[in-house]
Amino acid sequence: MSATFSYVLQLGDNALILSHRLSEWCGHGPVLEQDIALTNIALDLLGQARLLLTYAGEIEGKGRTEDDLAGLRDAHEFRNVLLVEMPNGDWAHTIVRQFFFDVYHYYHYQALVRSRDERLAAIAQKALKEVTYHLRYSSEWTIRLGDGTPESHQRMQAAVDDLWMYTGELTTPNDVERQAAEMGVGSDLTQIRPLWEAKVREILTEATLHIPENPWMQSGGKDGRHTEHLGYILAEMQFLQRAYPGQQW
Amino acid sequence: MKEWPLWEVFIRSKQGLSHKHAGSLHAADAAMAIENARDVYCRRNEGISIWVVESKYIHASTEDQEAFFDPSNDKVYRHPTFYKLPDEVKHM
Repeated sequence: MSATFSYVLQLGDNALILSHRLSEWCGHGPVLEQDIALTNIALDLLGQARLLLTYAGEIEGKGRTEDDLAGLRDAHEFRNVLLVEMPNGDWAHTIVRQFFFDVYHYYHYQALVRSRDERLAAIAQKALKEVTYHLRYSSEWTIRLGDGTPESHQRMQAAVDDLWMYTGELTTPNDVERQAAEMGVGSDLTQIRPLWEAKVREILTEATLHIPENPWMQSGGKDGRHTEHLGYILAEMQFLQRAYPGQQW
Repeated sequence: MKEWPLWEVFIRSKQGLSHKHAGSLHAADAAMAIENARDVYCRRNEGISIWVVESKYIHASTEDQEAFFDPSNDKVYRHPTFYKLPDEVKHM
């Protein structure tokens, strides 16, 4: 397995799984306007996932399509970070999860625009516009609710506390990412980490939210070790392809 | 959230000369109303500029039809249809 294949797969899986999580809000949003807003973001991410997984399939060269990669792999073959498979919870958990990921996503794509791999650079260019808006959206909601009513503040702080341990993985490179960065294909996460920390601190401070002091971080998603949540996501996401192999619409 | 006020949304398209009413939505304040308008009414490349105004600030005509609008009904001379256009004038 080439490092580039694994790397592109990781990026595609992040987008795919978070897209699926957000799509679970469709029809259940607190108000119609936010229902549509989250669905828009879900669709942006799904579009990115399609480009990335299609490219991953081409790099692998075994004839696997985007659909094969999305619909026919088991949980341990997925390479997404644990954060994106966390349940939606309440609106605060969804927003905080989105915010933590968007900050990473934004700086990551900003760097990936300069990738030596032209195809990845082009995908990053397109995605960066979308992700810039995602970050603006989740930042505004983080500030609005963190610095909102006592109840919204308490819910947001609870979400930050719950999800914090899944953020380390975002900017801690695994072997694949280290290799991809060395080849000039991937973004260098060691340079993204300080940017991530500064932005998160800036927005959480404005939102009057505290960064948890416990430095212990979960990890493993990028190497295929997932929480139990991913299995349930796949059960729903892959049902159709499993029950009716090769089905199209 | 039930107390979020209603906003009217006006959107100017790329070719459009003026903002046109697109619809209404709920939002807590103007900033959120513009974000929501972007997500609700500009999903298909409809616009390049958005105005929002709280619905309560819209004042509408309430006069009865007869006295308010009907008198302009029979003033055909107010329509510019009595001029002969020179052939040189195109696109009218």
